[in-house]
Amino acid sequence: MSFFVAEHITKNYANHRALDDVSIDIPEGAIYGLLGPNGAGKTSLIRIITQITGPDAGQLFFKGKPLETSDMSRIGYLPEERGLYKKMKVGEQAVYLARLKGISKNDAVRQLKAWFEKFEISAWWDKKVEELSKGMAQKVQFITTVLHQPEMLIFDEPFSGFDPINVELLKREILELRSKGTTIIFSTHNMSSVEEICSHIALINKSHKIVEGPINEIREKYANNSYQLSIRPNAAINVEELAGKEFEVLSNRTEGIRQDIVLQKLTDCPANTLLSRFIDHTDILSYDKVIPSMHDIFIKLVKKQ
Amino acid sequence: MNKILIIIGREFTTRVKKKSFLITTIAVPLLFVAFYAFLMWMMLKKDTQDRQIAVVNASSIENPLEKINNTDFIYTDENISQEASADYLQKHDYYAILWIPANVMEEADITINSFSQIPPELEGNIRSQLRNRIENIKKAAVIAETNLPDLEEKLEATKTPVRIRTLKLSETGEAKESSSAIASGIGFVAGMAIYMFIFLYASVVMRGVIEEKTNRIIEVLVSSVKPFQFLMGKIVGVASVGLVQFLIWIVIGLVSVIALQSAFMPNIDMESLRNTTDLATMAQTNNLDIEQLEIVKNIAQTIDPSYIISFLAAFVFFFLAGYLLYASMFAAIGAAVDNETDSQQFMTPLTIVLVAALYIGIAAMRNPETPIVYWASFVPFTSPVVMLVRMAFGVPTWELLLSAALLIAAFIFFTWLSAKIYRVGILMYGKKPSWKELYKWLKY
Repeated sequence: MSFFVAEHITKNYANHRALDDVSIDIPEGAIYGLLGPNGAGKTSLIRIITQITGPDAGQLFFKGKPLETSDMSRIGYLPEERGLYKKMKVGEQAVYLARLKGISKNDAVRQLKAWFEKFEISAWWDKKVEELSKGMAQKVQFITTVLHQPEMLIFDEPFSGFDPINVELLKREILELRSKGTTIIFSTHNMSSVEEICSHIALINKSHKIVEGPINEIREKYANNSYQLSIRPNAAINVEELAGKEFEVLSNRTEGIRQDIVLQKLTDCPANTLLSRFIDHTDILSYDKVIPSMHDIFIKLVKKQ
Repeated sequence: MNKILIIIGREFTTRVKKKSFLITTIAVPLLFVAFYAFLMWMMLKKDTQDRQIAVVNASSIENPLEKINNTDFIYTDENISQEASADYLQKHDYYAILWIPANVMEEADITINSFSQIPPELEGNIRSQLRNRIENIKKAAVIAETNLPDLEEKLEATKTPVRIRTLKLSETGEAKESSSAIASGIGFVAGMAIYMFIFLYASVVMRGVIEEKTNRIIEVLVSSVKPFQFLMGKIVGVASVGLVQFLIWIVIGLVSVIALQSAFMPNIDMESLRNTTDLATMAQTNNLDIEQLEIVKNIAQTIDPSYIISFLAAFVFFFLAGYLLYASMFAAIGAAVDNETDSQQFMTPLTIVLVAALYIGIAAMRNPETPIVYWASFVPFTSPVVMLVRMAFGVPTWELLLSAALLIAAFIFFTWLSAKIYRVGILMYGKKPSWKELYKWLKY
């Protein structure tokens, strides 16, 4: 079921078109990666979803109904550039933001203390924000974003400025939120984290959406019928000959007791054909269809445009 | 509504808890009060030092100097020279030695030698005592010489003291004594204060808006609060900081006036002073100069309790309304720019108007009846300052109400207008907008 839908969104700024007829469909419970190079229009789209700005054309639907101002209380947003009052104490500030989200003061304090405990930042409660490191401030900001248990969360570059340990901590929290049924939109350049946690993605480039769908289907789709064969090296084998007309050798690398060969299948013949030719001459260590990484797909699609 | 209250709460508490607020609100006025108390104490203090001054009197005047406060004059027959004065003073332990020359009637050149610096007050007293003695002797000689009957009395009768009682008529025709100098002084101080506070607090609002914009706090907040709610919360929050500051100042002011009065003029009942006509006896019982008491009476008559209350009420009203008018526009400017330096361009017109208001206020202090002052006290942008200065001289009630009504109407209109610019600007980044763009934002 679609949780959030944006249809034919167009947004113009003074001198350029930030979004041109962009539609996205976010299924319930998805971790939806919004990808794209700098200046592609990701942040513009997020600001339209969060109703910070309005689209020039197009419609937005939240749980099947047109998006309303009141829906904002059920959406949490962590902007890329973190916003906290520098001179205010961390605890006071978190309570203030929570109360503006409609949580009573006592509940806010109780829940926040628990979160601070979990993130091991309880000692920072009475410190001013300006005394915090960037990562620390981001943790605080993350907590204030998820505290009111919104049904949909939007994270704009959540991992920038975090050390690997905190990235793991944050990933764990994001996955846990998903397991509780929260739908998450996730904008980033970090492709490895996309592969790790996203269930769906949309790629935006130069104001247009290029591709959208479940991440596995997309990777499968961009696999170009190439295979990697790993064998025990055997001097008697002629790789080119065994590949025949059906397969083209893309690379052939021997390293000690292992030889990796990448081949492209040129015809409709079964992939097993290759296996049967090699199996009589040497030991097969592995035989895989090569699935491109999101990184490769991203670069390929963006460069193609 | 509830959210606005939460916002007001934050704007208020974070500012009131700052050290700088405590310092400017409590420490600075206390320092002022202490300083003025010290000055008053110095001025009212009588010279109580015991001194003995030796007098070498070569003139024919008998005992030309008499005891001044606690300073005694001891006449000596010894003819002490200038050179010997140091030895003489040491030997007798006198404070100073004073020579009155033989020809003092023709040329009154007095010399005083002392190891200490003679206080100016004592020097002045010696001078005036001697002058009086010499003048009286000369006058007596002239009277004797001309031999006109009752000349002394006639001369005395030519002395004509001129006193001006300025009586202000209220609308009911009741006359009230007041001092125009004091009234204009109060008006000016109040107008100046309003000008400063409007600027000060409106700038606080603007800086707050810029902070929220550049820190992207507003992006997080717009998901839970409407920009208009946020703007209102901020403006009201800062206004309440200002009001609390006034309240503390008023309390400090009243307490210190009462304290100073009871410290320096313990026996004067202000109420009876206002109504008294017999200043002389009152001065006598309080051991004060009649001139000093006259000044106190003038102040007391000009600033009676009902005047204080109505003036303070008007002050608070014009501060609040003027602040609200300017604060919303300053907030719109803050929202339109990305940093404080960019705000200058948009602030200039407002600054010019405010400074003009201050100068018209100064003009009003000198002449509250000129047309420009009259009209400026109705124009909402200048009326908070100018009307307050005029008020010190008395303004018909209907004019006051009209000015207040216009100010409130302007504040509502401009807040509505500013909120539109604020709403758009607070989420726009990048290039500083032009006036044309601001105009476009109004129509979004």
